[in-house]
Amino acid sequence: MNNLGQAIHIKKEILVRIIKAFLSDDFEHQARLIPYDMRPKGMEVPYRCCVYKERAIIKDRTIAGLGFPIEEDDERVSLSDYAKQALERTQISEKNLTVLQAACKGCATNRIYVTDLCQGCVARPCQTTCKFGAISIVNGRSVIDDTKCKKCQMCVNACPYKAIVKISVPCEDSCPVGAIKKDETGFASIDYDKCINCGRCTAACPFGAVHERSQIIDILKAIKSDKKVIAMIAPSIIGQFPGNIYQLKTAIINSGFDDVYEVAQGADVTANTEAKEFIERMEEGQNFMTTSCCAGYNQLIKKHLSEIKPFVSDTKTPLYYTAEIVKKEHSNAVTVFVSPCVAKRAEGYENPNVDYVMSYEELGALFVAKKIQITELEESKYIVESSKQGRNFGYSGGVAESVKKSLKDEDSVKPCIINGLNKDSIKQLKKYAASGVCEGCNLVEVMCCEGGCIGGNATLNNQKTAKKLIDNFTQNSEDIKKVE
Amino acid sequence: MEKISVKVCTGTTCFVMGGANLQELHDIIPKKYGDKVELTASNCLGLCSINWEYSKAPYVKVNEEVVSEATAEKVIEEIDRQLAKQ
Ligand code: SF4
Ligand code: SF4
Ligand code: FES
Repeated sequence: MNNLGQAIHIKKEILVRIIKAFLSDDFEHQARLIPYDMRPKGMEVPYRCCVYKERAIIKDRTIAGLGFPIEEDDERVSLSDYAKQALERTQISEKNLTVLQAACKGCATNRIYVTDLCQGCVARPCQTTCKFGAISIVNGRSVIDDTKCKKCQMCVNACPYKAIVKISVPCEDSCPVGAIKKDETGFASIDYDKCINCGRCTAACPFGAVHERSQIIDILKAIKSDKKVIAMIAPSIIGQFPGNIYQLKTAIINSGFDDVYEVAQGADVTANTEAKEFIERMEEGQNFMTTSCCAGYNQLIKKHLSEIKPFVSDTKTPLYYTAEIVKKEHSNAVTVFVSPCVAKRAEGYENPNVDYVMSYEELGALFVAKKIQITELEESKYIVESSKQGRNFGYSGGVAESVKKSLKDEDSVKPCIINGLNKDSIKQLKKYAASGVCEGCNLVEVMCCEGGCIGGNATLNNQKTAKKLIDNFTQNSEDIKKVE
Repeated sequence: MEKISVKVCTGTTCFVMGGANLQELHDIIPKKYGDKVELTASNCLGLCSINWEYSKAPYVKVNEEVVSEATAEKVIEEIDRQLAKQ
């Protein structure tokens, strides 16, 4: 969950305004007015130097909300033009993130910096410890030659006065695969060949510079058309909104969708299929198998960790099975996955049965725009009730548990949990792949987000409460059926 | 001494706009103020549809005072202010 306070509040407010603009009788005009409505003349300027700068930034953020890349913005194109183009487009883009580079200005580049605490001491441990000859003494003070500095931080540790510091760039630091970089010009950009869509950078940047490219307009267009539009809600949605998931179903239908399916239904298929596969692989003598339901992990495998492929379960994700069921039951329907994370946008893009992806934040914004009060609504039942274990997929440990509970011999599963992908856990996975063994364990559950999907970048509730709410709700759900 | 009443809005708008985070008040308030403060969760307080609407949500009411764009810190500040007045 994102705790950026103001930046995230602004992003949500913009989404609400975009939706309201769409629902008004003049979308293009209302879209153009968003920056002016949010920062009217005479208003005290909350964050930046002047109202014009604030409006320019809000315009950029709105561009992302309309689904376009901010980097390619031509200042002469107005928001009404963007709104028009959004109405006309028939395709969504594979690139699902965009960086508001104007925000990067306020953020220093990643470097090693000598502070005023430097005493110009005689011993000069910084200079002697630097292997690259990057430190010289000018006017009795250490100076770092940035062209030679390799950022190894030996000097940072060597100085007894702690006079040398590493200035870090939050987005770069947060990225587990080195995909986002602030370049010489000081602007951050994402290398999509490396990016695994984990969403860490969206949460890490204090200026909220990294945006998801929203598909909300495409979804609203589908709802407005005469097509049937069906929402598929991820298991981790329990606890992300007031009320229970039966009232949530009514709320989603009241906001314009025709029907709602729990992706936990597909999670039950994933758990059972994976359990069968687990037995087969163990019988074949494989030492361990990893789960395959996390979209961020699947991107990691594809882009950085192909050597682990032989150990990854071939079972499809809960979303895959759910979307397949929905398209079978309603062949002409438009399917919308309601997601905790940006990684699932990538999965949705690759799966022809998933037409659009919408985040919890976006669904929330839709409720706000439509003034829907969930707790006041009647409950609607789901055609298929999902199991307790399927509904527990959204938190770390839940997937391994579901495989275990699917088996008659539960003790045959010895799980090990990768709770969040970071440089260390990726190294660990590489080790498992290289050696073909995972000591003391035979089922590795991998979740890209710390805490599992309840820690996804687009969640609304904090993890602790979310986990509690899921447990409270699912204790009354049936256990998953066992596989033969 | 009158108890101070704190009403945290758990209506959809407030929840979505950041009110989910205010749940930590349920841990903080009893510990910090004992029974001097009464904390309740409330349905939509009706504030999200007037004036600046959703853009100032989440809302919390401390007695008759409205805390907008509420955070746990802001609410505690307001409680302290009112306690000092008593
Ligand atoms: S989404 Fe994740 S992988 Fe992609 S640039 Fe951001 S932090 Fe790096
Ligand atoms: S753990 Fe869940 S929320 Fe996080 S990237 Fe994987 S699928 Fe998305
Ligand atoms: S939802 Fe909080 S005031 Fe309406």
